[in-house]
Amino acid sequence: MPTVWIPSLMQKLTGGVEQVTVTGATVRQIIDELEAAYPGFRSRLVNEEEDRLRPDVAVAVEGEISNEGMRRKVGASSEVNFLPAMSGG
Amino acid sequence: MSSSHGEIRNFGGGDFKVVGTRPIRHDGTDKVTGRAVYGGDTRLPGLLYGQILRSPHAHARIRSIDTSKAAALPGVKSVVTAADLPPTGRDEMVDLGEGPARLKFMRDNILATDKALYRGHAVAGVAATSLHIAEEALSLIEVDYEVLPPVVTVLEAMKEDAPLLHEDLTTMELGEDSGTKSNTASHMQHSLGDAERGMADAHLTAVFEVHTASVHQGYIEPQNATAEWSPDGRLTIWTSTQGAFTAQRQLGAILGLPVARVKVVPQEIGGGFGGKIPVYLEPVAALLSRRTGRPVKLVMTRADVFEGTGPTPGSYIRVKMGVDSSGKLVAADAYIAFESGGYPGSPVFAAAMCVFACYDIPNCLVNFYDVVVNKPRSFAYRAPGSTHVAFAVEKVMDELAANLGVDALELRIQNAAAEGTRRSDGIVYPRIGCKECLEVARDHDHFKAPLGGPNRGRGVAIGYWFNIGFKSSVTASVNNDGSVNLVEGSTDIGGTRTSIAMQFAETLGLAAEDINPSVGDTSSIGYTDVTGGSRVTYATGWAAYEAAQDVKAQMLKRVAMVWEVEEDEVEYADGKFRHKTDASKSLNFKELAGKMGDTGGPVVGNGSVDPAAGVGGSFCVNIVDLEVDPETGKVDILRYTVIQDAGKAIHPSYVEGQMQGGSVQGIGWGLNEEYFYTDEGRMANSSFLDYRIPTTLDLPMIDTVIVEVPNPGHPFGVRGVGEASIAPPPAAISCAIKNAVGVQLCVLPMRPDRILAALDDARAQEPVAAG
Repeated sequence: MPTVWIPSLMQKLTGGVEQVTVTGATVRQIIDELEAAYPGFRSRLVNEEEDRLRPDVAVAVEGEISNEGMRRKVGASSEVNFLPAMSGG
Repeated sequence: MSSSHGEIRNFGGGDFKVVGTRPIRHDGTDKVTGRAVYGGDTRLPGLLYGQILRSPHAHARIRSIDTSKAAALPGVKSVVTAADLPPTGRDEMVDLGEGPARLKFMRDNILATDKALYRGHAVAGVAATSLHIAEEALSLIEVDYEVLPPVVTVLEAMKEDAPLLHEDLTTMELGEDSGTKSNTASHMQHSLGDAERGMADAHLTAVFEVHTASVHQGYIEPQNATAEWSPDGRLTIWTSTQGAFTAQRQLGAILGLPVARVKVVPQEIGGGFGGKIPVYLEPVAALLSRRTGRPVKLVMTRADVFEGTGPTPGSYIRVKMGVDSSGKLVAADAYIAFESGGYPGSPVFAAAMCVFACYDIPNCLVNFYDVVVNKPRSFAYRAPGSTHVAFAVEKVMDELAANLGVDALELRIQNAAAEGTRRSDGIVYPRIGCKECLEVARDHDHFKAPLGGPNRGRGVAIGYWFNIGFKSSVTASVNNDGSVNLVEGSTDIGGTRTSIAMQFAETLGLAAEDINPSVGDTSSIGYTDVTGGSRVTYATGWAAYEAAQDVKAQMLKRVAMVWEVEEDEVEYADGKFRHKTDASKSLNFKELAGKMGDTGGPVVGNGSVDPAAGVGGSFCVNIVDLEVDPETGKVDILRYTVIQDAGKAIHPSYVEGQMQGGSVQGIGWGLNEEYFYTDEGRMANSSFLDYRIPTTLDLPMIDTVIVEVPNPGHPFGVRGVGEASIAPPPAAISCAIKNAVGVQLCVLPMRPDRILAALDDARAQEPVAAG
């Protein structure tokens, strides 16, 4: 199952747990699973009106920041990180 | 040692015929003869000239704006204010192609609505038949300001009793609203392992607090824009931009126009370095053109550029790191606070990604803050945020080495990040070239050479930039003489027309000179993200590779048609099509191109990419020798060597140019450059006379070593090289000053007066010899 690293500012939702394994083949499914296990998770990451990740949130799968957002596919052994969104120069 | 070409150290990768060579750049003649057309050259029939009225106050409420007298001045055709922009919701967001932005803030930064948040904030725009009439009209616009106390430093702005820039701004923490009104727009955190415990268990720790000043990108060409709003409601903009499509999106969002009605024509660009991603003048020129029915041109003065466009933020950073008795880093802690300027959105997020990126550290805690202050809205500047944090971290590394009694470069090598290292933000590295760069530095003759005099010191530092991928498009049209017209969507700032053309040529076995590259406007090429994040040679080069594959596939069909054989009987290599079993059948690319007319017509190949994986970060090491004049505090750079991982250098001369250019900007940042503010929040040095960027007279030849650790995620191994080189210079210089005269400089820039003050402090603390 994919491993999700919980952002430190959200670990109070998981009782201090830093990593969790969840079922899910996409980032969307993973967020849904996390919401079921830790209510409040989804609203911290998702803009519900637009049904997409909040603009200040990025997701990295297997070390690569994805531009596919919640549609990004996740493998059984994938590692998923939620990060602040970035900008470059 | 100066040389025409720098050294290249290769650590793997393929053999190429075009990639890795140094052809003459395709746009070189136009650039050196002055024929290249820049935004300032734009001339259209009936052109009007615009001027912008800017706030003289750093912080003021705008009670009213009366434009009637200005509008009545003969020759004035229109005056516009924020009231002419369509309204927007408080939380509406717009994607700029390199990150999202809040539309309300973006719009208010174009023309202030209720408040002016920095001196230089645009308040109104005028179009007139001459520049001088427009200028005179500005003096007739009456703005009733309620002047408010400004706050121009990050630590002052974070105080509970600080003047608030935005009455409704509260601190966000990854989707959670603190509800507390504050200038701190966001607080974020990365945590890896247990930094507190790691620090407690450390054999030795060191801590530094550093302050960095706002500095400008310093591009030579000022912002400019010419707008023509046609009677059928279509807007065309000619401008100097790092991203035509990003400008198109911003204009559409700010003006409330569908992007189909906005065409952006990118002109040649005289530097950008991140500062020409946002639009400033374009929406105002558009409003004025719509009102007058004539084209309108706006060009900034140098003072406008300094006071009205986004510099990189000033910052306060505290870094503590700990090692065990063997010198292994065991814990690191960073507090990073960035000034975002008048509106939220500093690159502190990138700083937090880069802060400990060069090292393998099991326990890290990074707290970072985005804070509004009464300065221009900050924007990207070459490796945004990385220079700030490298300054703090590398000072700590030198101090740890000194206290351990080991060589500072060896300590860095011992702790260098490598494939498999988990960064403090949780990302695990693929193949990277961090250690290779450090080892090349250690083995370089510069590192071993004697310093040769008193008050001289050597400093070493490393920096990182993660690079980005994003979207790119390329279209290739084959001509019947075998040459190829290549249209790409990336603004060419650093010679990328040629580096993209070379990747196309390599793929098809052609010569770089057979390719005619050009930069398209938003109507003539597929969507392409900004020239930024060191992405163009990587991503647009990849799109060129895909376009070449498309051409190749089409040409194979044509050969099969000519020879009346099946496609799978034909192969293509080294610019020649051959029958796999019949050696008598052979056609080169040019011969086949000549037969396009009777084999199906034009061949047009397309390539578009949005790399979801494979972006490779780049590391850069600097070695600097300098001499400090103890009487004046002046620093002379004696020798400077830049060592950077390029993955694969497509055109080594351009890579070397990026390495040298980034380093020179970093040296300026370290020694001279700063926005110097008065207590009233007025920039006191808004000209190149007083804002001191380095010139050729200040510096020796910057030597380079390109390290090639190929990026497995790119067809040619490219990583992107435009940014990492600006990260290490201030740190390397500060470490060298410490080694030269024994004083720690922790505030940028390291001006002569600051060095003298530090020397005076050191002398005052010396014990008085018994007489």
